[in-house]
Amino acid sequence: MQRYSAFALFRNGLSGQSGWQRQWRSPEPKPEYDVVIVGAGGHGLATAYYLAAEHGITNVAVLEKGWLGGGNTGRNTTIIRSNYLFDESARLYDHALQLWDGLSQTLNYNVMYSPRGVLMLAHNIHDVQSFKRHVHSNRLNGVDNEWLTPEECKEFCPPLNVGGSMRYPILGGALQRKGGTARHDAVAWGYARAADARGVDIIEKCEVVGVRRSADGGVEGVDTSRGFIRTRKIAVSAAGNTSVVMDMAGVRLPLESFPLQALVSEPVKPVFPCVVMSNTIHAYISQSDKGEMVIGAGTDAYISYSQRGGLHIVNHTLSAICELVPMFRRLRMLRNWGGIVDVTPDRSPIIAKTPVKGLYVNCGWGTGGFKATPGAGNLFAWTVAKDEPHPINAPFTIERFRDGILIDEAAAAAVAH
Amino acid sequence: MLIIKCPYCGPRPELEFTYGGEAHIARPADPAALDDESWAAYLYIRKNPKGSHAERWRHTNGCGRFFNAVRNTVSDKFSATYEIGQKPSDHEGSA
Repeated sequence: MQRYSAFALFRNGLSGQSGWQRQWRSPEPKPEYDVVIVGAGGHGLATAYYLAAEHGITNVAVLEKGWLGGGNTGRNTTIIRSNYLFDESARLYDHALQLWDGLSQTLNYNVMYSPRGVLMLAHNIHDVQSFKRHVHSNRLNGVDNEWLTPEECKEFCPPLNVGGSMRYPILGGALQRKGGTARHDAVAWGYARAADARGVDIIEKCEVVGVRRSADGGVEGVDTSRGFIRTRKIAVSAAGNTSVVMDMAGVRLPLESFPLQALVSEPVKPVFPCVVMSNTIHAYISQSDKGEMVIGAGTDAYISYSQRGGLHIVNHTLSAICELVPMFRRLRMLRNWGGIVDVTPDRSPIIAKTPVKGLYVNCGWGTGGFKATPGAGNLFAWTVAKDEPHPINAPFTIERFRDGILIDEAAAAAVAH
Repeated sequence: MLIIKCPYCGPRPELEFTYGGEAHIARPADPAALDDESWAAYLYIRKNPKGSHAERWRHTNGCGRFFNAVRNTVSDKFSATYEIGQKPSDHEGSA
């Protein structure tokens, strides 16, 4: 792997920037791998990287039906936080947050992690009580989160409309200072490059169309649009399409897939210093380093794989944003798009073994999988390599639905979906 | 926004409706006789298909009645809506 540094930039500058190599290869699939990962999004690529870097498993293929990072990894609003309510979730998301710190150095790739603070606004007494409960719960779990009064919110994020005549006034907010954003594409590219350098094959435009099982019931390989690939371990990391892939192996999961939309404005000068989220009136917004305001809308009501959503969902969020930050009323929106998110009944993910030997699944991240990318990949790689869950993801099984041990974070999502 | 044809009122905008999830999931006649696996399947496991999907809708801001629909989850196109009590087999497959 060609190392990136200020010196490398300078040296290549002398040769007219002609000395840069491709960041990863585009190999033909081999007939057999130790592990096949389905889905080359952030989670799948991170899983491949940690399999190679921490468990010494380098004979790995990452299969992607489209292009690398073209699913939800390239479609989300890049928000990172770990202020979840329950002990299990706090450990899971904080594990990811710890990995974000220093990820650029680990991968030798600038993922532009920017811990600029995530401010979640409260608009009624219920919000205030619920958020304060979160703050206390987080503090007991060693997760950074603090309560701000409306004046402190205004001080932290001056564009906010505090006081005035809002239909749902700002009564305070919960601030996680270590929360923030990262460059979503760079996360996928950085993991891809680092995994590729360790021998992982990333195979794009290669759709899995079947899962073959051997006589003992375990997995034998995958049929793909580019032929059969033999393997004893399949790690599915296919987000909204997880149900489709798992159906091929005869495993049914408690998942439903919904379109979730986001949009960006025209780029403007730096005006918005942090991430602001509001559950009650449904809005979340931050400013990218390019200057665009990045806005997340809600999910559509019905399951769909269409990768686009209803315009009324977007309108609803935009009216909330215009109330919260009146100066954005004249901002023009450039693009909007949708991604398909797989949602579990308790809104917590599944990172686990399945009833089929050699088949593993990392899914159910719903509307908030990006923030967990390093942690999910790290724990999923452990689970696949050792054929048993890491203590942090041990509660996030499929069987929790049968056994009634739900991790009910439904009310803890930053916005109501 | 989708245009949905209520079997009682005709075509109306999606905003008048509430989505009711997968259709034709019958509550087990004798829940006490079920093992945990089957009860979890009844509560939580859904088809979530990429393609034709039989689902419930309610015309909340209209006649208020529940009905069933068959919709393609890739194109979001409805191939049929029909009254509660009718079988999906008469309507599925064409989406």
